[in-house]
Amino acid sequence: MANNWTIKDLEYWDAKIRDKVAESGLDCFPQEFEVCDHEQMLGFMAYHGMPAHYPHWSYGKSYEKLKTLYDYGVQGLPYEMVINSNPSLAYLMRENSLCLQVLTVAHVYGHNDFFKNNFTFSQTQPELTISRMKTRADRVRSYFEDPSIGPDRVEYILDAAHALSLQCSRNIAVRKLNPAQQRERAVLSAEPAHDPFERVHKSPVYEAPDLSRVPLEPEEDLLLFIADNNRQLADWERDLLHIVHEEAQYFIPQIETKIMNEGWASFWHHRIMHSIDLPEDLYLEFLVHHNQVVRPHPGSINPYFLGFQLWHYILRRYDEPTDEEIAKYGEPDKSGMEKLFEVRETDRDSSFLRRFLTEEMMREMDMFEYGRQRDKLVVSKVSDEEHWQDVKDSLLKTVGMATTPVIRIVDADFDHNRVLLMEHDHDGRDLDLEYLDRTLGYAYRLWGRQVLLRTQIQDEPATFAYDEEGFTQLED
Amino acid sequence: MTDSVFRPYSQSDALRSDRSAGDRLRHRQKVRQAIRDNISDVISEESIIGQSRDKIIKVPIRGMREYRFIYGDNSPGVGTGDGQTQPGQVVGQDGDQQGDQPGQAGDRPGVDYYETDITLEELIDIMFEDLELPDLERKKLREIESDSTRKRKGFRKVGVRVHLDKKRTMLSRLRRKLATGRELTGAEGEHRFPFHRDDLTYRRLVRDVKPHSNAVVMCLMDTSGSMDTLKKYLARSFFFLLYQFVRTRYNNVEVVFIAHDTRAREVNEEEFFTKGESGGTMISSAYNKTLEIIQERYHPSLWNIYAFHCSDGDNWPHDNEPTLTAAAELCQVCNLFGYGEIKPLNSGYYGDSLLQLFGELDAPNYHALLIEGKEDIWPSFRAFLSHDPVQDTTEVSA
Repeated sequence: MANNWTIKDLEYWDAKIRDKVAESGLDCFPQEFEVCDHEQMLGFMAYHGMPAHYPHWSYGKSYEKLKTLYDYGVQGLPYEMVINSNPSLAYLMRENSLCLQVLTVAHVYGHNDFFKNNFTFSQTQPELTISRMKTRADRVRSYFEDPSIGPDRVEYILDAAHALSLQCSRNIAVRKLNPAQQRERAVLSAEPAHDPFERVHKSPVYEAPDLSRVPLEPEEDLLLFIADNNRQLADWERDLLHIVHEEAQYFIPQIETKIMNEGWASFWHHRIMHSIDLPEDLYLEFLVHHNQVVRPHPGSINPYFLGFQLWHYILRRYDEPTDEEIAKYGEPDKSGMEKLFEVRETDRDSSFLRRFLTEEMMREMDMFEYGRQRDKLVVSKVSDEEHWQDVKDSLLKTVGMATTPVIRIVDADFDHNRVLLMEHDHDGRDLDLEYLDRTLGYAYRLWGRQVLLRTQIQDEPATFAYDEEGFTQLED
Repeated sequence: MTDSVFRPYSQSDALRSDRSAGDRLRHRQKVRQAIRDNISDVISEESIIGQSRDKIIKVPIRGMREYRFIYGDNSPGVGTGDGQTQPGQVVGQDGDQQGDQPGQAGDRPGVDYYETDITLEELIDIMFEDLELPDLERKKLREIESDSTRKRKGFRKVGVRVHLDKKRTMLSRLRRKLATGRELTGAEGEHRFPFHRDDLTYRRLVRDVKPHSNAVVMCLMDTSGSMDTLKKYLARSFFFLLYQFVRTRYNNVEVVFIAHDTRAREVNEEEFFTKGESGGTMISSAYNKTLEIIQERYHPSLWNIYAFHCSDGDNWPHDNEPTLTAAAELCQVCNLFGYGEIKPLNSGYYGDSLLQLFGELDAPNYHALLIEGKEDIWPSFRAFLSHDPVQDTTEVSA
C-alpha cells in the first residue's frame, strides 16, 4: 500500500471516534467501510455510490466526465462517499493518507446519523436500499436480454423516464391520496357547508362534482401517473417507469438536504477530530484538509461551508445568545445541542436556511445574487439592508428541489382527446425553451398522444404542445 | 452501537470492477453517432489531408445532453464573495457551472455542450462510412502499401541490432583470434574468446530514391464566391481520397494547394478551405500557376503529377480561351488531370457550367465530372481514376 497505514490503524482510530460519537449522542446505523482505489471511486461516483445499478449510457458519460476532470486535475475526488443504507456503506480511497482516512471516518458518522434521523429520509427504507438497487438492476438487465425487447428499446424508455424522473411530489408531509380518496374528498367538498340558519336561508343549489376528470386533483408524480394511465404501455415499460421513479424518490431527500447534511457531517468531524488527541502531525494535516473542505467558494455556494457556519451559529445562539438575540427571539428554551439535534431531525435545506440564515451572517459571507446578461454572470444584488431578503429568497430557490420546476398534470383527457395537459407552477422563473422542447418530446414519447404544457414566458401565458409533428407553441 | 466493519482493499475486486465499461461504450457509440450526424461540418473545418493519423481532433458534440424541465435565463443564482462584491460586478461566464446530478444542487444544465477528442483515423473511418465507400476500398485507402525505399550499401561498425551482419561479425572475430596466434579449434578447458565490440559489423542501408516513386497532388480550388460548408466538405473529401489513393502508389507524396479567384496563390490546407473575398474568377490564373510550380519544383521527368480542380462552374467568359490552352498544357505534364464541378442539389445556384467548355478538351488523361452530393463522390472518384494511363495492380477496381 502506498500509504503508511493499515486496517489496524483505521480500527484503532475508529474505536476512538466511535466513543466520541456515542458520547455526543449521535445515533447511527451500523457502519461498514470499504477501501477502494480511485478508479473504483470514480465508478461508485458515476453510479451514485451504489454497489449495483442498472446500466444506462448517462452513467458512462458521467464516468468519463469525472475521469477527465480528475485526470486533468480540474477536480479532485471526494475523500469519502457514503450511501444511505442500513448498514451504512462508505468507501475510503486507499491513496489517501492516514489523516484523511480518520477525518473521513469521523465525517461519515455525521452523515450516517443524519440519514438515520432526518425526517426527509424516513420513507427511504434504508435496510432495503442495496437489495432494491440490485433487483432493479436485475430487472433492467433481464429486459436487455429479452430478445423481444433488447437494449435499444429499454434505452428509448429510460432516456424519456430520466427526463421526467424529478417531477414528483416533493413534500412527504403532505399525504398523497389515492383516486378513491380523492373522489371522496371531491364529493365531500361539494356538499354545502353546514348552515345554522338553514330555515331562513334559501337552500343552496347542489352542484355535483365532476368525478369524470382524470386526475381529480393535479398530479405531480408524472412517471407514476403515466405508468398508471397510459394503457398502451407494455408491462416492462411500466416497470421501467416505476424503477426510475423509485430511484428518484430515493435520491430526492439527499437533494433536499445537501447543505444541512454536509454541514452536519463537517460539524461533527470537526468536533470529534478535536477531541481524540491526534498526534501533532496528524492534527496539523487535519487542519489543512478541514479548511479546504469548509472554505467558501467565491462566486458560488459551498454547501460544506454554509452548513458548517449555520450549525455553529445555531449552537452559539442557544448557548450564548447576545442581548439583541434575546430581545429578538426570546430566551432560549433549550441548550444548543438539544436544538441542533432537533433541527437535524425536523428540517430540510429550505426551512433550515429560512429559519436560521440571518442578515448578519449573509453579510459576513458576502452573499450576493447574480443574473445572466448575455453570456456573463453579473451581480444584481448584494446583502445590504435593502436587498438581503431578496438575496435570501433567491438562495432558497436554488436549494433542494426548488431547482426543479413544479409541473402538474391537470387533465389527462383534455379536449376529450386523451391529450395530456400539464401546468407549470410559475414562480417568476421561466422555463428554458430548448430543454422544454426536448423534455416535452420525452413526455410525448411516454404518453403516446399529444402533450400540452401551460406556462408563462416573459409574463405572458404560453402553451406549448408536442405531438407527432414536433414542438409547437400554441396560439391562445 | 455495533462495531464498524472495515473491508480491506482487494486487488481482484478492483480488477473486475470496471462496471461502467458497458455504459461508457454505449456513450461513446452515441458520441460517434453525433459526430456522424455532423461530419460534413467537421471535415469542412478540419485539416485532414496529409496529416498524421494520430492527430487529435476536437469535435463539438451536441445532442448528448440529458434533458429535463429546467429554469431558463431569468432565474438568478446566489454565491458567496470575498467581502468586496458590488452590484454590477461580473462574477463569471455563463455555463461554467457543474452539472445537475442527484445530490448536488445545480440549477443549470452545466457544460453539456462539450468537445470530444477523436483521432484522425477515427474521423476518416466515419467519413468513409458517410461516403458509403465499399469496405474493400476503405482498407486499400487506409493502409499505405509502400515499397521498401532502402537498399543495402556496404557495411559499418555502428548500427542497430537488427542490422547486425552475423557472418561478417563472426569472420571479424576469427580474424582477430588468428592474429593473437591462438589455435583455431580449441580443446576443452581452453579460455573463452568472446566477441569484441570491434567485431560487430552492421549492414548499411541507404534511402533509395527512385524517380518514379515521387508524386505530387495538386489541389486547385475556386475560393471566390460561394464555397459553403457542404461544398467545402465535398471538395475536401475528394481531395482527401485522391491524396490517399496517390499515397498507396507512391512512396513520396507531396501536396500543393492552389487557391484562386482572379489571381492564384499557393496556400496551406487551412487557408485553402477558408473562403476568399473576391467575387471574380479566372481559372487560367490557377492553371498557369500550377504549370509554373511544376516547372520549378516538380519536373515531370521526376514526378508523377495528379492535378484536380474543384469549382462551382463560374468563369469570366473572356478567360475561357486561355483556360483551355493552359488545361491542354497541364494534360501534357500530368498523369491525371481532372475538373470537378460541385453543385449541390438544392443549393439554389444554377450558374454557368464549365463542363461544356472542357468537353472540347480531348486528352486521354483528362476527366471532367459533376458532383451533386456526397453520394457522387465515390463513383466520380472511380471514374476519374479510370482515366489514369498508369494502370497498375493497386488500381481501384470497378
